[in-house]
Amino acid sequence: MADYLPHTDEDVAAMLAFLGLQDLDELFAAVPAAMRLAGGLDLADGEPEPDVLARMDAFARANRAADLLCFAGAGAYDHEVPPVVRALAGRSEFVTAYTPYQPEVAQGVLQAVFEYQTMVARLSGLPVANASLYDGASALVEAVNLGAGASGRQTVWVSSGVHPHWRGCLRTFSRGSGHQILEIPLAGGVTAWPGDTAVAPGAPGGAAGRPPGAAAGGPPGVVVVAYPNYLGCLEDLAPVRRLADAHGATMVVAADPVAAGILRSAGEWGADVVVGEGQAFGTPLSFGGPYLGLFCCTTAQVRRLPGRLVGETVDLEGRRAYVTTLRAREQDIRREKATSNVCTNQTLMAVTAAVQLGWLGTGGLAEVALRCARGTRYLRDAALAIDGVSPLTGSTPVVRELALRTRPPARTVVDRMAAEGFLAGVALADLVGDDGDGSVDADGAAHGLLVAVTERRTVEEINGYLVALDKAVRQ
Amino acid sequence: MNPNAQAEAHAPGGRAQSAPLMGRAGEPTIFELSEPGRRSWQLRTTGVPEWSAEELLPEAHRRVTPVPLAEVSERDLVAHFTRLSHRQFSVDLGAYPLGSCTMKYNPKICDTVASLPGLAGVHPGAPASTTQGWLALLVELEEALCEVTGMAAVTFQPAAGAAGELTGLLLVRAYHEARGEQRRRVIIPDSAHGTNPASVTLGGYEVTTVPSDARGCVDAAALRAVLDRDVAGIMLTNPNTLGLFEEGIEEIASAVHDVGGLLYYDGANLNAILGVVRPGDMGFDIVHLNLHKTFATPHGGGGPGAGPVGVSARLVDFLPGPRPVRVGQAAHAGAAADGTTAGGRYGWAAPPRSIGRVHSWHGNALVLARALTYVLVHGGDGLRRVAERAVLNANWLRARLSSTYDVPFDRPCMHEVVLAASTLKSRYGLRALDVAKRLLEEGFHAPTIYFPLVVDEALMVEPTETESLQTLEALAEAFERIAAGVAEEGGIDAARAAPRTTPVGRVDEARAARTLIPTFDARGTGGAARAG
Repeated sequence: MADYLPHTDEDVAAMLAFLGLQDLDELFAAVPAAMRLAGGLDLADGEPEPDVLARMDAFARANRAADLLCFAGAGAYDHEVPPVVRALAGRSEFVTAYTPYQPEVAQGVLQAVFEYQTMVARLSGLPVANASLYDGASALVEAVNLGAGASGRQTVWVSSGVHPHWRGCLRTFSRGSGHQILEIPLAGGVTAWPGDTAVAPGAPGGAAGRPPGAAAGGPPGVVVVAYPNYLGCLEDLAPVRRLADAHGATMVVAADPVAAGILRSAGEWGADVVVGEGQAFGTPLSFGGPYLGLFCCTTAQVRRLPGRLVGETVDLEGRRAYVTTLRAREQDIRREKATSNVCTNQTLMAVTAAVQLGWLGTGGLAEVALRCARGTRYLRDAALAIDGVSPLTGSTPVVRELALRTRPPARTVVDRMAAEGFLAGVALADLVGDDGDGSVDADGAAHGLLVAVTERRTVEEINGYLVALDKAVRQ
Repeated sequence: MNPNAQAEAHAPGGRAQSAPLMGRAGEPTIFELSEPGRRSWQLRTTGVPEWSAEELLPEAHRRVTPVPLAEVSERDLVAHFTRLSHRQFSVDLGAYPLGSCTMKYNPKICDTVASLPGLAGVHPGAPASTTQGWLALLVELEEALCEVTGMAAVTFQPAAGAAGELTGLLLVRAYHEARGEQRRRVIIPDSAHGTNPASVTLGGYEVTTVPSDARGCVDAAALRAVLDRDVAGIMLTNPNTLGLFEEGIEEIASAVHDVGGLLYYDGANLNAILGVVRPGDMGFDIVHLNLHKTFATPHGGGGPGAGPVGVSARLVDFLPGPRPVRVGQAAHAGAAADGTTAGGRYGWAAPPRSIGRVHSWHGNALVLARALTYVLVHGGDGLRRVAERAVLNANWLRARLSSTYDVPFDRPCMHEVVLAASTLKSRYGLRALDVAKRLLEEGFHAPTIYFPLVVDEALMVEPTETESLQTLEALAEAFERIAAGVAEEGGIDAARAAPRTTPVGRVDEARAARTLIPTFDARGTGGAARAG
């Protein structure tokens, strides 16, 4: 018998007596007897903490983590999380609070989120950031909802350079929203936007230049592009802005927030909405969650903003104070008229990001981004010299991640390199399926390997990776 | 006022009495603490060639000036966020009877589990052969949650309750569409959480609201009147948001099933019935759980949560995918003590008629690991004790406070009790909001106020099972002092001026919305946006 309950037998007896009840079962008199669980739950009895910790540790030890040097990315990155960030973000005042419904006793979380919003807005180049969404995919889904509401049109053109899982989420939720999602293929690693003469029709890798057609939903109300895209490639965003302008569409950019440390901001490229995955800011890989959905928009769209927003105000004595604001947008007030149902979000990850970005500061963020780009360049140059490894996306510039084509199937390469102590990357077939999609064809899916190099990888580790890769593709 | 000196002297751990350490000065933002040239960051020595950005990136893509962030020393960073943490109420500081949110104690063992490198350091895209521990953990948790809910399978992808709701509604849609039916409406009681109607709209359905009856339950006649074959389903919380068990649930379930609709269980209030009755046995087809509530994973200042969705057998094929599954022999075992997976091998499988993904990866995995830890510590017997003590605590408070506050539905409640300040308001002008702010002065977090909407001046109190009788007594005394105080000369003015002992006084929420300052950069510019 193990639990965290404070009641002594005497407490229970006194409380039951106060209520005029004979036993605890009477508390549930309103539950129809026939429905009640006879004999209790078919679960083992509770175990003391040390025993449970041993069991959970056994699960942990059945994974390979520290013994696999991480060269995988695909939206989840092995960045430095320093002890100071773990210590501050793990403070129980942040961990065990809830949504700041009572601002007078929640200034800690509110101010941390206000600082987070400021930092994320500066990264994006847009003036407003919300208090977080669940992850990158949910931020994208909300961005498309915002964009469709703003333009009044539900046709959505989505670059196939957007992360395949995020596109999958868009498709899933479009069944409820009724949005028409059209995925625009890539050619040579970049989006072949319909009517964009900069891309040669029929270029390898996609059906370039082929318009989705008038029958497929008419002009877009939302245009979505990733920067860099999930294959690591840098896309020219100027044509996307022109496309959005031509159709009166909302331009949504899914931007990598670390690469943003050395890239022109999405806001500067003209984005109306910027979304991203904020895991890179202080949150460990965590098998995919909890992560952090970044969401930024223009001032004009602030009343369509999903999720919570912290604003600065004053208290009755005129002192600076923070509070969740524009609450009239939210589901608990607007109910069925709300444009988003988000309630609980990822506040602790937002606080963590504020601490991590505070630790990095102006110079540190740029340095991390630069080091990722250097490591990626170093690995790319050497990997492409290996017989059996070629570029999947031609000579298109990349920043912090790249797609290689390996002679054996990429899944085989990943398995072989795991035996050598490396998480070689993510096989594209695991992201897009065996048949490929608008980003890569079936051959690209089978042989495509997505590799990421963060600031944590040393030249010795990269050299070791290259030796193992060379061996893996020769076998 | 009638302060009970004895209770004050024995103020228990559930009451936060310490004011901020050094008075009520504000904390500057990190941007105001910034000094150019200071830094905290330290990165690995990598030996990678130090190419410049100019050598690495085409000019068109290159950032010209760095993103301006703060520049602080590590010592200043620690001081800043530590001071912010001192301006924050939390479960660890004191009782947090926030109705509908289940702010119970969060066991520290879960923090240790969530930081195990073998769990926290695993990449979500790693091949299944290297993540057998994670897969085994998820399968074991799924089995436990199936048992708790009476469902056939669970998806872990939804990241929070609202995400679970929308996932559930897409399952409802897929189910009907697979049967060649296009239904348009989903029924929701007027006492429902706001996420329910918002999710219904996003799921592409129209909301039909049914009223509560005089006993605080779904009005059965009104429900029957709106039921027809256009109804895709009904969303219910049971116990409902009034803290009352829907006594007619069997009748509701059969009526909805009779027209071919599905029953959706909003698990926000599952804490009340753990081990007592299961949603599946009540007739529900879909259940979402709020692991941050019932399974204490914790709340994180407003997330992360986790909103797994359980379904009955006829909906399993539609679940989001891929799902963790056991692929080897079917022996029931997770990871053995030696770190091997004794239950066979585990992998991923896509349900044949899956609605698709609802998360970037596999859901909030570390939250799920915390939940399994909580389940294992408590076991089947402990979970039942959780529900019993939660309901006992709520009823004790109800009985104790029923002579001081209105109890709109004065009959035994489940895990929470909805009180009201309506009499105090009509007599003295004391509103639920004032009661909430006065409670903050008393060292307690406020209850949920003005919800459910069907109760005037509602005070929704959920003490949870982890508060002691002594803490409940102190909380009740605080409620009573507030009611007594407003009857005194100047009492209402004092209540309206509350809270006076908190880091800031009552916050001007209207001004925040009128002149929006969502970032430090919008300050002094008249706000980022103005609106009437």
